[in-house]
Amino acid sequence: MDKRIQRARRADRAMTGIFYGIAAFFFALLLAFTGKVIIGGLMGASPEMFAFARQGAIGNQLFNTVYLVFISLLVSVPLGVFAGIYLAMYAKPGLFTRFLRICIETLSSLPSIVVGLFGYLVFLVFMGMGKSLLAGALSISILTLPLITTTTEDAIKGLPAGYFQAGMGMGSTRWQAIFHVLLPACIPRIMTGVILAAGRGFGEAAALLYTTGSGSSLRWGNWDITSPTSPLNVLRPAETLSIQIWNLQTNAQDAALANLASAVLLLLVLLFNIGANAWSRHINRKNSGEKA
Amino acid sequence: MLKTKFEIEHLNLHYGSFHALKNISMKIPANEITAFIGPSGCGKSTFLKTLNRMNDLEENVTIDGTVRMDEKDIYSEMDAITLRHDVGMVFQQPNPFPKSVYDNVAYGPRIFGIRKKSQLDEIVERSLRQAAIWNELKDRLKKSALGLSGGQQQRLCIARTLAIQPKVILMDEPTSALDPISTSKIEDLAMELKKDYTIIIVTHNMQQAARISDKTAFFLLGEAIEYGKTEDIFARPQDKRTENYITGRFG
Ligand SMILES: Nc1ncnc2c1ncn2[C@@H]1O[C@H](COP(=O)(O)OP(=O)(O)O)[C@@H](O)[C@H]1O
Ligand SMILES: [Mg+2]
Repeated sequence: MDKRIQRARRADRAMTGIFYGIAAFFFALLLAFTGKVIIGGLMGASPEMFAFARQGAIGNQLFNTVYLVFISLLVSVPLGVFAGIYLAMYAKPGLFTRFLRICIETLSSLPSIVVGLFGYLVFLVFMGMGKSLLAGALSISILTLPLITTTTEDAIKGLPAGYFQAGMGMGSTRWQAIFHVLLPACIPRIMTGVILAAGRGFGEAAALLYTTGSGSSLRWGNWDITSPTSPLNVLRPAETLSIQIWNLQTNAQDAALANLASAVLLLLVLLFNIGANAWSRHINRKNSGEKA
Repeated sequence: MLKTKFEIEHLNLHYGSFHALKNISMKIPANEITAFIGPSGCGKSTFLKTLNRMNDLEENVTIDGTVRMDEKDIYSEMDAITLRHDVGMVFQQPNPFPKSVYDNVAYGPRIFGIRKKSQLDEIVERSLRQAAIWNELKDRLKKSALGLSGGQQQRLCIARTLAIQPKVILMDEPTSALDPISTSKIEDLAMELKKDYTIIIVTHNMQQAARISDKTAFFLLGEAIEYGKTEDIFARPQDKRTENYITGRFG
Protein backbone atom coordinates (compact mmCIF):
# COMPACT_ATOMS: atom_id res chain seq x y z
CA MET A 1 0.00 0.00 0.00
CA ASP A 2 2.63 2.51 1.14
CA LYS A 3 4.92 1.38 -1.62
CA ARG A 4 2.26 2.00 -4.22
CA ILE A 5 1.79 5.59 -3.06
CA GLN A 6 5.54 6.12 -2.94
CA ARG A 7 5.89 4.84 -6.45
CA ALA A 8 3.10 7.11 -7.64
CA ARG A 9 4.75 10.06 -5.90
CA ARG A 10 8.07 9.32 -7.55
CA ALA A 11 6.44 9.04 -10.94
CA ASP A 12 4.60 12.30 -10.29
CA ARG A 13 7.85 14.06 -9.39
CA ALA A 14 9.61 12.60 -12.42
CA MET A 15 6.84 13.71 -14.78
CA THR A 16 6.76 17.18 -13.24
CA GLY A 17 10.49 17.38 -13.82
CA ILE A 18 10.12 16.28 -17.43
CA PHE A 19 7.41 18.87 -18.10
CA TYR A 20 9.49 21.63 -16.59
CA GLY A 21 12.44 20.40 -18.63
CA ILE A 22 10.48 20.54 -21.87
CA ALA A 23 9.15 23.99 -21.05
CA ALA A 24 12.66 25.21 -20.25
CA PHE A 25 13.93 23.71 -23.49
CA PHE A 26 11.35 25.57 -25.56
CA PHE A 27 12.03 28.77 -23.70
CA ALA A 28 15.76 28.42 -24.29
CA LEU A 29 15.18 27.61 -27.94
CA LEU A 30 12.99 30.67 -28.43
CA LEU A 31 15.43 32.88 -26.57
CA ALA A 32 18.44 31.59 -28.49
CA PHE A 33 16.67 31.90 -31.81
CA THR A 34 15.27 35.39 -31.31
CA GLY A 35 18.48 36.48 -29.64
CA LYS A 36 20.55 35.25 -32.54
CA VAL A 37 18.32 36.78 -35.20
CA ILE A 38 17.72 40.10 -33.47
CA ILE A 39 21.17 40.70 -32.02
CA GLY A 40 22.95 39.32 -35.08
CA GLY A 41 20.78 41.39 -37.39
CA LEU A 42 21.20 44.62 -35.49
CA MET A 43 24.95 44.18 -34.91
CA GLY A 44 25.69 43.67 -38.59
CA ALA A 45 23.65 46.70 -39.64
CA SER A 46 24.88 50.12 -40.63
CA PRO A 47 22.83 53.26 -39.87
CA GLU A 48 21.90 53.96 -43.50
CA MET A 49 20.15 50.58 -43.70
CA PHE A 50 17.38 52.00 -41.52
CA ALA A 51 16.57 54.68 -44.08
CA PHE A 52 13.39 54.88 -46.11
CA ALA A 53 15.23 54.57 -49.40
CA ARG A 54 14.82 52.79 -52.68
CA GLN A 55 17.79 50.51 -52.21
CA GLY A 56 20.04 49.16 -49.48
CA ALA A 57 17.61 49.92 -46.68
CA ILE A 58 14.58 48.43 -45.00
CA GLY A 59 12.38 51.43 -44.13
CA ASN A 60 10.10 51.24 -47.14
CA GLN A 61 9.75 47.48 -46.78
CA LEU A 62 8.84 47.86 -43.13
CA PHE A 63 6.17 50.36 -44.08
CA ASN A 64 4.90 48.10 -46.88
CA THR A 65 4.67 45.16 -44.50
CA VAL A 66 2.61 47.03 -41.93
CA TYR A 67 0.43 48.68 -44.57
CA LEU A 68 -0.21 45.40 -46.38
CA VAL A 69 -1.20 43.60 -43.19
CA PHE A 70 -3.42 46.51 -42.22
CA ILE A 71 -5.24 46.45 -45.57
CA SER A 72 -5.59 42.70 -45.44
CA LEU A 73 -7.10 42.83 -41.92
CA LEU A 74 -9.45 45.58 -43.07
CA VAL A 75 -10.95 42.97 -45.39
CA SER A 76 -10.59 39.74 -43.44
CA VAL A 77 -11.65 40.92 -39.97
CA PRO A 78 -15.14 42.21 -40.85
CA LEU A 79 -15.76 39.33 -43.26
CA GLY A 80 -14.45 36.72 -40.83
CA VAL A 81 -16.34 38.15 -37.87
CA PHE A 82 -19.58 38.21 -39.84
CA ALA A 83 -19.03 34.68 -41.08
CA GLY A 84 -18.30 33.57 -37.51
CA ILE A 85 -21.45 35.24 -36.22
CA TYR A 86 -23.43 33.61 -39.00
CA LEU A 87 -22.10 30.16 -38.16
CA ALA A 88 -22.61 30.59 -34.41
CA MET A 89 -26.00 32.29 -34.37
CA TYR A 90 -27.84 31.94 -37.64
CA ALA A 91 -26.75 28.81 -39.50
CA LYS A 92 -29.30 26.04 -39.32
CA PRO A 93 -27.79 22.58 -39.36
CA GLY A 94 -28.10 21.25 -42.88
CA LEU A 95 -26.44 20.65 -46.18
CA PHE A 96 -25.50 24.28 -46.83
CA THR A 97 -23.91 24.77 -43.41
CA ARG A 98 -21.98 21.52 -43.75
CA PHE A 99 -20.75 22.58 -47.17
CA LEU A 100 -19.70 25.98 -45.79
CA ARG A 101 -17.76 24.36 -42.97
CA ILE A 102 -15.93 22.07 -45.38
CA CYS A 103 -15.01 25.10 -47.49
CA ILE A 104 -13.63 26.92 -44.47
CA GLU A 105 -11.66 23.90 -43.30
CA THR A 106 -10.21 23.40 -46.76
CA LEU A 107 -9.34 27.05 -47.03
CA SER A 108 -7.55 26.98 -43.69
CA SER A 109 -5.32 24.13 -44.74
CA LEU A 110 -4.39 25.41 -48.19
CA PRO A 111 -0.65 25.91 -48.65
CA SER A 112 0.06 29.60 -48.99
CA ILE A 113 1.87 29.14 -52.30
CA VAL A 114 -1.39 27.82 -53.73
CA VAL A 115 -3.30 30.79 -52.37
CA GLY A 116 -0.69 33.03 -53.95
CA LEU A 117 -1.23 31.33 -57.27
CA PHE A 118 -4.98 31.67 -56.84
CA GLY A 119 -4.55 35.36 -56.02
CA TYR A 120 -2.39 35.75 -59.10
CA LEU A 121 -5.00 34.12 -61.32
CA VAL A 122 -7.95 35.99 -59.88
CA PHE A 123 -6.58 39.44 -59.13
CA LEU A 124 -3.95 39.76 -61.84
CA VAL A 125 -4.99 37.58 -64.73
CA PHE A 126 -8.74 37.69 -64.33
CA MET A 127 -9.33 41.13 -62.81
CA GLY A 128 -6.38 42.75 -64.54
CA MET A 129 -4.76 44.34 -61.51
CA GLY A 130 -1.02 44.83 -61.69
CA LYS A 131 1.30 43.26 -59.16
CA SER A 132 0.26 45.32 -56.21
CA LEU A 133 -0.04 45.75 -52.52
CA LEU A 134 -3.80 45.30 -52.81
CA ALA A 135 -3.52 41.98 -54.67
CA GLY A 136 -1.09 40.77 -52.00
CA ALA A 137 -3.25 42.02 -49.16
CA LEU A 138 -6.30 40.26 -50.59
CA SER A 139 -4.33 37.03 -50.93
CA ILE A 140 -3.36 37.30 -47.27
CA SER A 141 -7.01 37.96 -46.44
CA ILE A 142 -7.94 34.67 -48.08
CA LEU A 143 -5.30 32.93 -45.97
CA THR A 144 -6.47 34.45 -42.70
CA LEU A 145 -10.23 34.50 -43.22
CA PRO A 146 -10.81 30.94 -41.91
CA LEU A 147 -8.82 31.67 -38.78
CA ILE A 148 -10.86 34.76 -37.91
CA THR A 149 -14.10 32.98 -38.76
CA THR A 150 -13.44 30.02 -36.50
CA THR A 151 -12.11 32.17 -33.65
CA THR A 152 -15.24 34.32 -33.75
CA GLU A 153 -17.55 31.34 -33.92
CA ASP A 154 -15.81 29.62 -31.01
CA ALA A 155 -15.75 32.83 -29.00
CA ILE A 156 -19.48 33.36 -29.37
CA LYS A 157 -20.32 29.75 -28.65
CA GLY A 158 -18.12 29.89 -25.56
CA LEU A 159 -20.10 32.70 -23.93
CA PRO A 160 -22.57 31.91 -21.15
CA ALA A 161 -26.01 31.29 -22.66
CA GLY A 162 -27.40 33.82 -20.16
CA TYR A 163 -26.02 36.79 -22.08
CA PHE A 164 -28.08 36.10 -25.16
CA GLN A 165 -31.17 35.13 -23.17
CA ALA A 166 -30.97 38.28 -21.07
CA GLY A 167 -30.61 40.39 -24.20
CA MET A 168 -33.56 38.73 -25.90
CA GLY A 169 -35.59 38.82 -22.69
CA MET A 170 -35.39 42.60 -22.70
CA GLY A 171 -36.91 42.88 -26.15
CA SER A 172 -33.76 43.15 -28.22
CA THR A 173 -33.82 41.87 -31.73
CA ARG A 174 -31.42 39.04 -32.43
CA TRP A 175 -29.00 41.42 -34.07
CA GLN A 176 -29.14 43.92 -31.19
CA ALA A 177 -28.33 41.16 -28.70
CA ILE A 178 -25.46 39.99 -30.88
CA PHE A 179 -24.05 43.41 -31.65
CA HIS A 180 -24.43 45.08 -28.27
CA VAL A 181 -23.91 42.13 -25.94
CA LEU A 182 -22.22 39.10 -27.49
CA LEU A 183 -19.74 40.83 -29.75
CA PRO A 184 -18.30 43.20 -27.12
CA ALA A 185 -17.98 40.23 -24.76
CA CYS A 186 -15.99 38.35 -27.41
CA ILE A 187 -13.54 41.07 -28.33
CA PRO A 188 -10.60 39.73 -26.31
CA ARG A 189 -10.93 36.32 -27.93
CA ILE A 190 -11.47 37.70 -31.42
CA MET A 191 -8.35 39.79 -30.83
CA THR A 192 -6.41 36.57 -30.37
CA GLY A 193 -7.52 35.49 -33.82
CA VAL A 194 -6.57 38.85 -35.27
CA ILE A 195 -3.12 38.63 -33.68
CA LEU A 196 -2.56 35.22 -35.22
CA ALA A 197 -3.85 36.47 -38.57
CA ALA A 198 -1.59 39.50 -38.49
CA GLY A 199 1.37 37.34 -37.51
CA ARG A 200 0.65 35.16 -40.49
CA GLY A 201 0.50 38.25 -42.71
CA PHE A 202 3.72 39.78 -41.40
CA GLY A 203 5.73 36.70 -42.16
CA GLU A 204 4.05 35.55 -45.35
CA ALA A 205 6.25 35.38 -48.41
CA ALA A 206 4.95 32.59 -50.62
CA ALA A 207 1.52 34.09 -51.19
CA LEU A 208 3.06 37.45 -52.05
CA LEU A 209 5.65 36.23 -54.54
CA TYR A 210 3.37 36.48 -57.55
CA THR A 211 0.99 39.07 -56.23
CA THR A 212 2.77 42.09 -54.77
CA GLY A 213 5.95 42.37 -56.80
CA SER A 214 9.08 44.05 -55.48
CA GLY A 215 8.52 47.77 -55.64
CA SER A 216 10.30 49.86 -53.07
CA SER A 217 10.62 53.25 -54.73
CA LEU A 218 8.41 55.47 -52.64
CA ARG A 219 8.41 59.24 -52.56
CA TRP A 220 7.64 60.23 -49.01
CA GLY A 221 5.46 63.28 -48.87
CA ASN A 222 3.63 62.28 -52.03
CA TRP A 223 0.16 61.67 -50.62
CA ASP A 224 -1.65 61.52 -53.97
CA ILE A 225 -2.97 57.97 -53.68
CA THR A 226 -3.17 57.49 -57.43
CA SER A 227 0.52 58.15 -57.97
CA PRO A 228 2.71 55.03 -58.36
CA THR A 229 5.30 56.40 -55.94
CA SER A 230 2.85 57.41 -53.22
CA PRO A 231 3.29 55.28 -50.08
CA LEU A 232 -0.49 55.15 -49.64
CA ASN A 233 -1.27 53.90 -53.14
CA VAL A 234 -2.50 50.32 -52.80
CA LEU A 235 -2.24 49.56 -56.51
CA ARG A 236 1.54 49.92 -56.65
CA PRO A 237 3.97 46.99 -56.34
CA ALA A 238 5.16 46.69 -52.77
CA GLU A 239 8.11 44.73 -51.45
CA THR A 240 7.55 43.53 -47.90
CA LEU A 241 10.23 42.54 -45.41
CA SER A 242 9.78 38.84 -46.03
CA ILE A 243 9.96 39.27 -49.81
CA GLN A 244 12.98 41.48 -49.32
CA ILE A 245 14.71 38.79 -47.30
CA TRP A 246 13.98 36.28 -50.02
CA ASN A 247 15.16 38.65 -52.77
CA LEU A 248 18.34 39.51 -50.89
CA GLN A 249 19.19 35.92 -50.19
CA THR A 250 18.52 34.68 -53.74
CA ASN A 251 19.53 37.63 -55.93
CA ALA A 252 21.49 40.40 -54.31
CA GLN A 253 23.37 38.37 -51.73
CA ASP A 254 23.42 41.23 -49.27
CA ALA A 255 23.50 39.10 -46.11
CA ALA A 256 23.84 41.97 -43.66
CA LEU A 257 20.74 43.72 -44.99
CA ALA A 258 18.81 40.45 -45.09
CA ASN A 259 19.76 39.78 -41.48
CA LEU A 260 18.62 43.23 -40.44
CA ALA A 261 15.34 42.74 -42.29
CA SER A 262 14.85 39.45 -40.43
CA ALA A 263 15.61 41.09 -37.10
CA VAL A 264 13.18 43.91 -37.74
CA LEU A 265 10.49 41.51 -38.94
CA LEU A 266 10.86 39.44 -35.80
CA LEU A 267 10.77 42.52 -33.59
CA LEU A 268 7.67 43.73 -35.42
CA VAL A 269 5.88 40.45 -34.77
CA LEU A 270 6.98 40.35 -31.13
CA LEU A 271 5.97 43.93 -30.40
CA PHE A 272 2.66 43.50 -32.16
CA ASN A 273 1.90 40.35 -30.19
CA ILE A 274 2.83 41.92 -26.88
CA GLY A 275 0.85 45.08 -27.60
CA ALA A 276 -2.25 43.26 -28.80
CA ASN A 277 -2.10 40.88 -25.85
CA ALA A 278 -1.86 43.73 -23.38
CA TRP A 279 -4.82 45.44 -24.95
CA SER A 280 -6.95 42.32 -24.97
CA ARG A 281 -6.06 41.59 -21.33
CA HIS A 282 -7.02 45.14 -20.44
CA ILE A 283 -10.46 44.67 -22.01
CA ASN A 284 -10.84 41.33 -20.33
CA ARG A 285 -10.07 42.83 -16.94
CA LYS A 286 -12.48 45.66 -17.57
CA ASN A 287 -15.25 43.22 -18.51
CA SER A 288 -14.68 40.97 -15.53
CA GLY A 289 -14.80 43.84 -13.10
CA GLU A 290 -11.33 43.84 -11.60
CA LYS A 291 -10.71 47.31 -12.89
CA ALA A 292 -12.77 50.45 -13.15
CA MET B 1 -61.63 44.29 -8.02
CA LEU B 2 -58.48 42.68 -9.39
CA LYS B 3 -57.81 43.01 -13.04
CA THR B 4 -56.78 39.95 -15.00
CA LYS B 5 -53.33 40.28 -16.58
CA PHE B 6 -52.97 36.95 -18.34
CA GLU B 7 -55.69 34.65 -19.48
CA ILE B 8 -54.41 31.26 -20.58
CA GLU B 9 -56.73 28.82 -22.25
CA HIS B 10 -56.07 25.21 -23.20
CA LEU B 11 -52.37 25.76 -23.61
CA ASN B 12 -50.35 22.80 -24.87
CA LEU B 13 -46.66 22.82 -25.60
CA HIS B 14 -44.55 20.14 -27.22
CA TYR B 15 -40.78 19.88 -27.43
CA GLY B 16 -40.60 17.72 -30.52
CA SER B 17 -42.89 14.86 -29.54
CA PHE B 18 -42.54 15.45 -25.80
CA HIS B 19 -45.73 16.86 -24.32
CA ALA B 20 -44.32 19.39 -21.82
CA LEU B 21 -47.43 21.44 -20.98
CA LYS B 22 -50.79 19.74 -20.89
CA ASN B 23 -53.96 21.71 -21.42
CA ILE B 24 -53.28 24.54 -19.03
CA SER B 25 -55.95 27.14 -18.36
CA MET B 26 -55.66 29.88 -15.76
CA LYS B 27 -56.15 33.57 -15.12
CA ILE B 28 -53.28 35.49 -13.59
CA PRO B 29 -54.27 38.72 -11.83
CA ALA B 30 -52.49 42.05 -12.22
CA ASN B 31 -50.55 43.60 -9.34
CA GLU B 32 -50.20 40.40 -7.41
CA ILE B 33 -47.46 37.87 -6.96
CA THR B 34 -48.29 34.52 -8.49
CA ALA B 35 -46.03 31.60 -7.62
CA PHE B 36 -45.51 28.44 -9.66
CA ILE B 37 -44.38 25.47 -7.59
CA GLY B 38 -43.76 21.83 -8.36
CA PRO B 39 -40.99 19.26 -8.60
CA SER B 40 -38.20 19.98 -11.04
CA GLY B 41 -38.90 19.04 -14.64
CA CYS B 42 -42.66 19.57 -14.27
CA GLY B 43 -42.75 22.45 -16.75
CA LYS B 44 -42.68 25.58 -14.56
CA SER B 45 -39.95 27.29 -16.56
CA THR B 46 -41.51 26.19 -19.81
CA PHE B 47 -44.83 27.69 -18.80
CA LEU B 48 -43.19 30.91 -17.62
CA LYS B 49 -41.40 31.26 -20.94
CA THR B 50 -44.63 30.94 -22.90
CA LEU B 51 -45.71 34.21 -21.27
CA ASN B 52 -42.99 36.27 -22.94
CA ARG B 53 -42.45 33.95 -25.89
CA MET B 54 -38.88 33.06 -24.96
CA ASN B 55 -39.81 29.63 -26.26
CA ASP B 56 -39.67 31.13 -29.74
CA LEU B 57 -35.88 30.94 -29.47
CA GLU B 58 -35.95 27.21 -29.11
CA GLU B 59 -36.25 24.84 -32.01
CA ASN B 60 -38.91 22.17 -32.33
CA VAL B 61 -41.38 23.88 -30.04
CA THR B 62 -45.05 23.74 -30.96
CA ILE B 63 -47.65 25.62 -29.00
CA ASP B 64 -51.40 25.59 -29.25
CA GLY B 65 -54.11 27.20 -27.20
CA THR B 66 -54.28 30.89 -26.38
CA VAL B 67 -52.39 33.23 -24.10
CA ARG B 68 -53.94 36.67 -23.77
CA MET B 69 -52.37 39.60 -22.00
CA ASP B 70 -54.69 42.53 -21.36
CA GLU B 71 -57.11 40.80 -23.69
CA LYS B 72 -54.67 40.63 -26.58
CA ASP B 73 -53.47 37.31 -27.92
CA ILE B 74 -49.71 37.46 -27.47
CA TYR B 75 -49.05 34.85 -30.15
CA SER B 76 -51.23 36.22 -32.92
CA GLU B 77 -51.83 39.88 -32.14
CA MET B 78 -48.39 40.92 -30.88
CA ASP B 79 -44.86 40.40 -32.04
CA ALA B 80 -42.38 38.85 -29.65
CA ILE B 81 -40.12 41.90 -29.41
CA THR B 82 -42.93 44.26 -28.41
CA LEU B 83 -44.28 41.68 -25.99
CA ARG B 84 -40.92 41.41 -24.25
CA HIS B 85 -40.84 45.16 -23.70
CA ASP B 86 -43.92 44.66 -21.55
CA VAL B 87 -42.96 41.35 -19.99
CA GLY B 88 -39.46 41.40 -18.50
CA MET B 89 -37.66 38.36 -17.21
CA VAL B 90 -35.22 37.57 -14.41
CA PHE B 91 -33.36 34.30 -14.70
CA GLN B 92 -32.22 31.63 -12.27
CA GLN B 93 -28.53 32.38 -12.70
CA PRO B 94 -27.86 36.10 -12.33
CA ASN B 95 -26.79 37.08 -15.83
CA PRO B 96 -25.56 40.65 -15.92
CA PHE B 97 -23.81 41.60 -19.14
CA PRO B 98 -20.02 41.91 -18.98
CA LYS B 99 -20.39 45.67 -18.96
CA SER B 100 -20.43 48.38 -16.31
CA VAL B 101 -23.32 48.60 -13.84
CA TYR B 102 -24.50 51.72 -15.64
CA ASP B 103 -24.36 50.15 -19.10
CA ASN B 104 -26.27 47.12 -17.85
CA VAL B 105 -29.19 49.21 -16.67
CA ALA B 106 -29.01 51.57 -19.64
CA TYR B 107 -28.98 48.66 -22.10
CA GLY B 108 -32.76 48.43 -22.53
CA PRO B 109 -33.40 52.18 -22.84
CA ARG B 110 -30.53 52.45 -25.31
CA ILE B 111 -31.85 49.78 -27.62
CA PHE B 112 -35.17 51.61 -27.57
CA GLY B 113 -33.33 54.60 -28.91
CA ILE B 114 -32.81 56.75 -25.82
CA ARG B 115 -29.45 58.44 -26.29
CA LYS B 116 -29.58 61.52 -24.10
CA LYS B 117 -27.16 61.26 -21.20
CA SER B 118 -29.38 63.14 -18.74
CA GLN B 119 -32.35 60.94 -19.55
CA LEU B 120 -30.30 57.76 -19.23
CA ASP B 121 -28.81 58.94 -15.93
CA GLU B 122 -32.29 59.47 -14.62
CA ILE B 123 -33.53 56.04 -15.73
CA VAL B 124 -30.47 54.30 -14.29
CA GLU B 125 -30.87 55.98 -10.92
CA ARG B 126 -34.61 55.39 -10.76
CA SER B 127 -34.28 51.72 -11.71
CA LEU B 128 -31.50 51.05 -9.23
CA ARG B 129 -33.49 52.79 -6.49
CA GLN B 130 -36.56 50.73 -7.33
CA ALA B 131 -34.44 47.60 -7.07
CA ALA B 132 -33.20 48.81 -3.67
CA ILE B 133 -29.59 48.70 -4.72
CA TRP B 134 -28.83 52.34 -5.52
CA ASN B 135 -27.06 53.02 -2.24
CA GLU B 136 -24.80 50.01 -2.66
CA LEU B 137 -23.90 50.75 -6.25
CA LYS B 138 -24.04 54.50 -6.73
CA ASP B 139 -20.27 54.80 -6.29
CA ARG B 140 -19.43 51.99 -8.67
CA LEU B 141 -21.65 52.67 -11.64
CA LYS B 142 -18.65 52.60 -13.94
CA LYS B 143 -17.32 49.29 -12.63
CA SER B 144 -18.05 45.97 -14.25
CA ALA B 145 -21.19 44.22 -13.07
CA LEU B 146 -19.31 40.93 -13.00
CA GLY B 147 -17.41 42.11 -9.93
CA LEU B 148 -20.60 42.25 -7.82
CA SER B 149 -21.77 39.53 -5.43
CA GLY B 150 -24.41 37.08 -6.66
CA GLY B 151 -27.18 38.81 -4.73
CA GLN B 152 -26.17 42.23 -6.01
CA GLN B 153 -25.99 40.86 -9.54
CA GLN B 154 -29.50 39.51 -9.27
CA ARG B 155 -30.89 42.81 -7.99
CA LEU B 156 -28.99 44.56 -10.76
CA CYS B 157 -30.71 42.23 -13.24
CA ILE B 158 -34.04 43.23 -11.72
CA ALA B 159 -33.07 46.89 -12.08
CA ARG B 160 -32.06 46.25 -15.68
CA THR B 161 -35.52 44.80 -16.32
CA LEU B 162 -37.24 47.68 -14.51
CA ALA B 163 -35.40 50.13 -16.75
CA ILE B 164 -37.51 49.06 -19.71
CA GLN B 165 -40.66 49.79 -17.67
CA PRO B 166 -42.38 46.47 -18.19
CA LYS B 167 -45.85 45.72 -16.90
CA VAL B 168 -45.01 42.19 -15.88
CA ILE B 169 -41.86 40.68 -14.38
CA LEU B 170 -41.29 36.97 -14.74
CA MET B 171 -38.81 35.47 -12.28
CA ASP B 172 -37.49 31.96 -12.78
CA GLU B 173 -36.16 30.71 -9.43
CA PRO B 174 -34.44 34.08 -8.91
CA THR B 175 -33.04 33.18 -5.50
CA SER B 176 -32.02 29.57 -5.95
CA ALA B 177 -28.37 30.55 -6.49
CA LEU B 178 -28.33 33.04 -3.59
CA ASP B 179 -27.60 33.04 0.13
CA PRO B 180 -30.46 33.56 2.66
CA ILE B 181 -29.81 37.28 3.20
CA SER B 182 -29.78 38.06 -0.52
CA THR B 183 -32.86 35.88 -0.88
CA SER B 184 -34.83 37.83 1.67
CA LYS B 185 -33.80 41.10 0.01
CA ILE B 186 -35.18 39.85 -3.30
CA GLU B 187 -38.37 38.68 -1.60
CA ASP B 188 -38.88 42.08 0.03
CA LEU B 189 -38.23 43.67 -3.31
CA ALA B 190 -40.81 41.50 -5.06
CA MET B 191 -43.43 42.42 -2.47
CA GLU B 192 -42.60 46.10 -2.87
CA LEU B 193 -42.75 45.91 -6.67
CA LYS B 194 -46.16 44.26 -6.90
CA LYS B 195 -47.80 47.65 -6.31
CA ASP B 196 -46.75 48.66 -9.80
CA TYR B 197 -46.07 45.40 -11.57
CA THR B 198 -47.51 41.97 -12.03
CA ILE B 199 -45.03 39.43 -10.74
CA ILE B 200 -44.90 35.77 -11.59
CA ILE B 201 -42.28 33.76 -9.78
CA VAL B 202 -41.18 30.17 -10.21
CA THR B 203 -39.79 28.66 -7.07
CA HIS B 204 -38.95 25.24 -5.77
CA ASN B 205 -38.97 26.69 -2.28
CA MET B 206 -42.44 26.30 -0.81
CA GLN B 207 -41.77 28.57 2.15
CA GLN B 208 -40.89 31.26 -0.32
CA ALA B 209 -44.13 30.78 -2.20
CA ALA B 210 -46.05 30.84 1.07
CA ARG B 211 -44.24 33.97 2.29
CA ILE B 212 -44.57 36.22 -0.68
CA SER B 213 -47.20 35.07 -3.14
CA ASP B 214 -50.89 35.88 -3.34
CA LYS B 215 -51.73 33.05 -5.71
CA THR B 216 -50.01 29.71 -6.14
CA ALA B 217 -50.18 27.17 -8.92
CA PHE B 218 -48.93 23.63 -8.38
CA PHE B 219 -47.57 21.82 -11.43
CA LEU B 220 -46.87 18.15 -11.91
CA LEU B 221 -45.68 16.42 -15.08
CA GLY B 222 -46.78 19.28 -17.30
CA GLU B 223 -50.20 19.72 -15.75
CA ALA B 224 -51.47 22.56 -13.58
CA ILE B 225 -52.89 20.42 -10.80
CA GLU B 226 -54.22 23.10 -8.53
CA TYR B 227 -54.34 26.88 -8.61
CA GLY B 228 -55.76 29.30 -6.11
CA LYS B 229 -55.12 31.67 -3.23
CA THR B 230 -51.80 30.84 -1.64
CA GLU B 231 -53.25 30.44 1.85
CA ASP B 232 -55.86 28.00 0.52
CA ILE B 233 -53.33 25.95 -1.40
CA PHE B 234 -51.14 25.57 1.65
CA ALA B 235 -53.85 25.24 4.31
CA ARG B 236 -56.53 23.33 2.44
CA PRO B 237 -55.19 21.70 -0.70
CA GLN B 238 -58.00 20.12 -2.68
CA ASP B 239 -55.92 17.59 -4.57
CA LYS B 240 -54.13 14.71 -2.89
CA ARG B 241 -51.05 15.28 -5.06
CA THR B 242 -50.79 18.92 -4.00
CA GLU B 243 -51.07 17.91 -0.39
CA ASN B 244 -48.38 15.27 -0.79
CA TYR B 245 -46.06 17.77 -2.39
CA ILE B 246 -46.47 20.60 0.12
CA THR B 247 -46.17 18.27 3.04
CA GLY B 248 -42.94 17.00 1.56
CA ARG B 249 -44.09 13.48 0.92
CA PHE B 250 -42.53 13.51 -2.51
CA GLY B 251 -40.78 15.80 -4.95
N1 LIG C 1 -35.51 22.96 -24.99
C1 LIG C 1 -36.04 21.80 -24.58
N2 LIG C 1 -36.09 20.75 -25.42
C2 LIG C 1 -36.61 19.57 -25.03
N3 LIG C 1 -37.11 19.33 -23.81
C3 LIG C 1 -37.10 20.34 -22.92
C4 LIG C 1 -36.54 21.62 -23.25
N4 LIG C 1 -36.66 22.43 -22.17
C5 LIG C 1 -37.24 21.69 -21.21
N5 LIG C 1 -37.50 20.43 -21.65
C6 LIG C 1 -38.18 19.35 -20.88
O1 LIG C 1 -39.45 19.82 -20.51
C7 LIG C 1 -39.73 19.46 -19.18
C8 LIG C 1 -40.03 20.68 -18.35
O2 LIG C 1 -38.86 21.44 -18.19
P1 LIG C 1 -38.83 22.79 -17.37
O3 LIG C 1 -39.91 23.66 -17.83
O4 LIG C 1 -37.47 23.32 -17.44
O5 LIG C 1 -39.15 22.26 -15.89
P2 LIG C 1 -39.00 23.01 -14.49
O6 LIG C 1 -38.68 24.44 -14.74
O7 LIG C 1 -40.31 22.81 -13.83
O8 LIG C 1 -37.93 22.31 -13.73
C9 LIG C 1 -38.54 18.66 -18.67
O9 LIG C 1 -38.83 17.30 -18.80
C10 LIG C 1 -37.43 19.06 -19.59
O10 LIG C 1 -36.52 18.01 -19.75
MG1 LIG D 1 -36.92 25.51 -14.24
